[in-house]
Amino acid sequence: MSRQAVQFQVMWNRMISILEEQAMTLVRTAFSTSVREAGDLSAGVFDRHGRMIAQAVTGTPGHVNTMAAAVPHFINDIGPERIYPGDIYLTNDPWKGTGHLHDITVTTPVFIGAELIGFFASTAHVVDIGGRGYGPDGREIYEEGLRIPIIKWVERGELNRDLVNIIGTNVREQDQVLGDIHGLAASNETGRRRLLETLAEFEMVELDSLAQFVFSRTTEATMAALGSVANGVYKNEMRVDGYNESITLAVELTVSDDGMHADFSGTSPLSEFGINVPITYAQAYFTYAMLVALAPELPNNYASLFPFTVSAPAGVILNAEDPAPVSVRHVIGHFVTDLCLGAVATALPHVVPAEGSGALWNFQVSARSADPTALLPPVELLMFNSGGTGARPEIDGLTATAFPSGVMTMSAEATEQIGPIVIWRKEIRENSGGDGQFRGGLGQIIEIGPVDGYQFEFSAMFDRVENPARGRAGGADGAPGRVYLDDGTPFATKGKQTIAADRRLVMELPGGGGFGDPAERCAAARADDELKGYVG
Amino acid sequence: MTATGIRIGADVGGTFTDIVLELADGTLASQKILTTHDAPERAILEGIEQLLDGNGIALVSVEQIIHGTTLATNALIERRGAATAFVTTSGFRDVIETRTEGRFEQYDLNIVLPTPLIERQDRFVVEERLNARGEVLVPFDERQAAAVIGEIAARGYQSVAVGFLHSYRNADHEHRFRDLIQAQLPDVLVSISAEVSPQMREFERFNTVCANAYVQPLMASYLLRLETELQQRGATCPLYLIHSGGGLISVETAAAFPVRLVESGPAGGAIFAAELAARFGRKNVLSYDMGGTTAKIAIIEDFTPQTAKSFEVARTTRFKKGSGMPISIPVIEMIEIGAGGGSIASVDSLGQIRIGPHSAGSEPGPAAYDLGGVDPTVTDANVALGRLDPATFGATDITLSPGRAIEAIRERIGSKLEMSDETAAIGIAEVVDENMTNAARVHAVENGKDLNGFTMVAFGGGAPLHATRLMDKLGLDELLVPPGAGVGSAIGFLRAPFAYEAVQSHYSRLDAFDLAGVNRLLADLENEAREFVRMGTEKDLVTERQVSMRYKGQGWEIPVRLSASRFDELAVEELARVFSKAYEEFFGRAIDDLPIEAVSWSVRVASVIERPERTAMLDAGASATADSRRQVYEPVSGVAVDTAIYSRDRLQPAMVVSGPAVIVESQTTTILASHHQAVSQIDGTLRITRFDQ
Repeated sequence: MSRQAVQFQVMWNRMISILEEQAMTLVRTAFSTSVREAGDLSAGVFDRHGRMIAQAVTGTPGHVNTMAAAVPHFINDIGPERIYPGDIYLTNDPWKGTGHLHDITVTTPVFIGAELIGFFASTAHVVDIGGRGYGPDGREIYEEGLRIPIIKWVERGELNRDLVNIIGTNVREQDQVLGDIHGLAASNETGRRRLLETLAEFEMVELDSLAQFVFSRTTEATMAALGSVANGVYKNEMRVDGYNESITLAVELTVSDDGMHADFSGTSPLSEFGINVPITYAQAYFTYAMLVALAPELPNNYASLFPFTVSAPAGVILNAEDPAPVSVRHVIGHFVTDLCLGAVATALPHVVPAEGSGALWNFQVSARSADPTALLPPVELLMFNSGGTGARPEIDGLTATAFPSGVMTMSAEATEQIGPIVIWRKEIRENSGGDGQFRGGLGQIIEIGPVDGYQFEFSAMFDRVENPARGRAGGADGAPGRVYLDDGTPFATKGKQTIAADRRLVMELPGGGGFGDPAERCAAARADDELKGYVG
Repeated sequence: MTATGIRIGADVGGTFTDIVLELADGTLASQKILTTHDAPERAILEGIEQLLDGNGIALVSVEQIIHGTTLATNALIERRGAATAFVTTSGFRDVIETRTEGRFEQYDLNIVLPTPLIERQDRFVVEERLNARGEVLVPFDERQAAAVIGEIAARGYQSVAVGFLHSYRNADHEHRFRDLIQAQLPDVLVSISAEVSPQMREFERFNTVCANAYVQPLMASYLLRLETELQQRGATCPLYLIHSGGGLISVETAAAFPVRLVESGPAGGAIFAAELAARFGRKNVLSYDMGGTTAKIAIIEDFTPQTAKSFEVARTTRFKKGSGMPISIPVIEMIEIGAGGGSIASVDSLGQIRIGPHSAGSEPGPAAYDLGGVDPTVTDANVALGRLDPATFGATDITLSPGRAIEAIRERIGSKLEMSDETAAIGIAEVVDENMTNAARVHAVENGKDLNGFTMVAFGGGAPLHATRLMDKLGLDELLVPPGAGVGSAIGFLRAPFAYEAVQSHYSRLDAFDLAGVNRLLADLENEAREFVRMGTEKDLVTERQVSMRYKGQGWEIPVRLSASRFDELAVEELARVFSKAYEEFFGRAIDDLPIEAVSWSVRVASVIERPERTAMLDAGASATADSRRQVYEPVSGVAVDTAIYSRDRLQPAMVVSGPAVIVESQTTTILASHHQAVSQIDGTLRITRFDQ
């Protein structure tokens, strides 16, 4: 290895650091709760062919290869001959971007003189996109909001004011939404300038040689990591609650010398609600599952994602096609990670954890005046909450922690500051982790209610109530979730319902599955569980 | 006592205890001795004695002793605190355990989250509840409180932390619980969150009050022992502590709020750099402090280090954000990464060189120390590249072995990557320099700063070795290496003002501004801060007020300085304008038409510090003469070249050293590449620039 290689390594790290700067700026300025609390964003640099060279570390697995795949669509739809210096493009097309209309992807070409050398792209979830609002209730994509094809936001430095006007007119919080789009564009611009400075520092005028270095290094490392799973076919099936009825998710993983292919045949058909998953999003969580299991150190780029391919018959829930509703595609999409990890569990017995609670227990509360004549202003509240993760082959699962999503919860005090809600309880749910040599992570219990003359319109979307997280290698299942009102009235786990002014909603979040034979759990661990009241 | 002008600064670090003696004429003497971990006061007392003896001074004539210590930080990292209970609102027993519910590392299936400081069996709840406005929703349950206190007595806790929801708005319930427990258990120490850290966000506030209670018995008894021992040896002067915000507080305040002592050593370093900045009139400074284990980078503007209202200590995983515990107290803002002289280099699965976060420390130390270390470290790379000379290395008893350094680099790096010894050593140096550069860049971005036009100030044993390279990578045009760099933090203690910052959350939208409430709050905060400062000084005081603000819908606030001490309608309009301007500075553009929110308010009261006399930079004069020459790697040409070696203590003011060169002193070494030149200043500072300027 030469000095040149050291220089490329330095540049590669620099690229990741520049993208990380971009991502952090987006987190800090974002209006969308899911961006600032959950890192529901992404930033990447691409070569002139649209192949991703590097991606920010901050960001959600859902954008891992959805955004990576987006830039070639931009090149194709804009047309290479219409890409000019000073341009900025955007789209929120679920099938060309990152899987639902709420994610806006902005792409900026980078030129040196008249020569196109690459692109910056960034994606963030915006507060609103019109339509019915964020939720599973649209029956076609058309009901889910404004859909923007790949289009020029700025051409040769000239802002497309008509487009600004169209977006502003169609969304509920136009200042915040347009603010976030401008933020994405500004973030790409920062990246572009930093890239040009870096290239000047290293006396380079192109990105191709760096891309070549990154791709060849990564390909080597990725293929070496894939070698730890023997060639062959691996299968798994998993049941989850879905919207009205339980859904089967099925995968057949083929490992060959060329990479890994996931086929989702045998998966249940599309739902009539917006929990359907475009296949690019399923691919993201499949790829994430394999990388986290086999090559956690690898930075994401074209070459680390390239060996992971997917297929599915038309009409299954993991292959939603236009115009299926896909607004909350994450609810089912997040289970793809556990599904695919489960397939290789026998091949990687010391790596793959038991199943976890998987889907987040997020909810959106629409607080409305309990007395219609009182005219209290409406308030929207969003909260992220997580159950337990599956036990690992040598460690207990994580209590009340998101996986595979990268979500964080919000402070109860901060939430109560925003609106007429009291969070009466938010603490560990005892006895909810699946028993085993290693115990599943515990869920949590949350109790909320309206105050100050309000009642709640509550949109429930909770999974793992009918179908708990399964244990592995002899470990027991995690406890299923439960939802009810404090007077004992049952509460549906799906769909819109009202919480009256004097009622409280109780949510018991599911626990993770256990790993290994419970008889093998060491006495000290059992004593500690009892001492802390995790079990007892 | 007559005024003697003699003062002492004592910085207890992880490896060394640094003592600095300042005489009436401003001259400094220093002593570096090994820290005595079992009883840190021993090293301090010994060091002070040696230093005073050496200068023929009696302890009685010392006017002031200022102390900073990592003791509180280490107690948190090593979990060596007291048996502590935490009492909180019913329904919220697990806040400090479930944390953010996120994973700080997305790609690690075996991630382990930090254990809560106070475990579940030691956490108790009481029925009580306030709403976000501080109004009572559920009254305080006296009977249940009595039962909890009974349990605290039965289990023999030494210290108790109390944190109830929304207590930053209304502290009545926390006060009530403290009164009850103190009436029954007078020997138990009690910390309440409304006093320790009255800021919104329960995880951060609860964790902060728990940390305070956890280290309080240890810190209180340590401070008492130190004070008593000093008095027994004849000291009549007061002892002051430096806190994480870079100000001085009395021993009593420190014993009540020991969590404010966390990270106080690095704060001293930032003050040291700020003083140099003031001396030379440099308004924008990047402070770069590199020791054995970590590098710390801070931004200093208008001769004042940047501050923040919270930080994270005891990071468990590679200094990764989110892997430690949040502490919400005013602090000098800095970024700390695992890049020190002892940081270990390795090769990852991509065939890339990685540095740290593991450090070889002092045992076994870098391979070059020849004390049994086999892992190559940053210091080994510097030895292999000829930057450190065995003949002049440090004042320690270590004889550097270049052979061992090269062997370790070849074994662990070179042979794996099929690189020559030299290329591997260059690789290590380049990667650690790049890591620090990236940290500096990210830190600047996170603080809304463009480093263009900044001056770097380098100190700590490792920084001058790497500083010229960082300066080039960051595109900075000027680098200052002050005298006494090796004991910079302790010198900084002597330059710190008496200061206290009081912070409290009080949410208010600007379009429905709570004039009366905010005015009352600002007055209360000022009184509180003033009271603490008056325990230490009668000098003139300055007061600064700040508020953290955001647009409605955002989750992250930016700090805005207040110009007035009270609000009227006009001042509110002005605040909106100032916020928009600050936001634009941070993020490039303001957003019209969105409501603005104020979240937290703070008032800092400090004694007026006389700025050092402004010193003009000397231009280059005569060339210095080299002591010797040897082969040293030069990064511009990429090869080892014949390089001149200079002793720093022989450089006279205005003398010029042109690169490539190595400037050696007892505690550190400064490296110049072929395009650098250094000009020695009146005070001994090296001013380094590039030829091409």
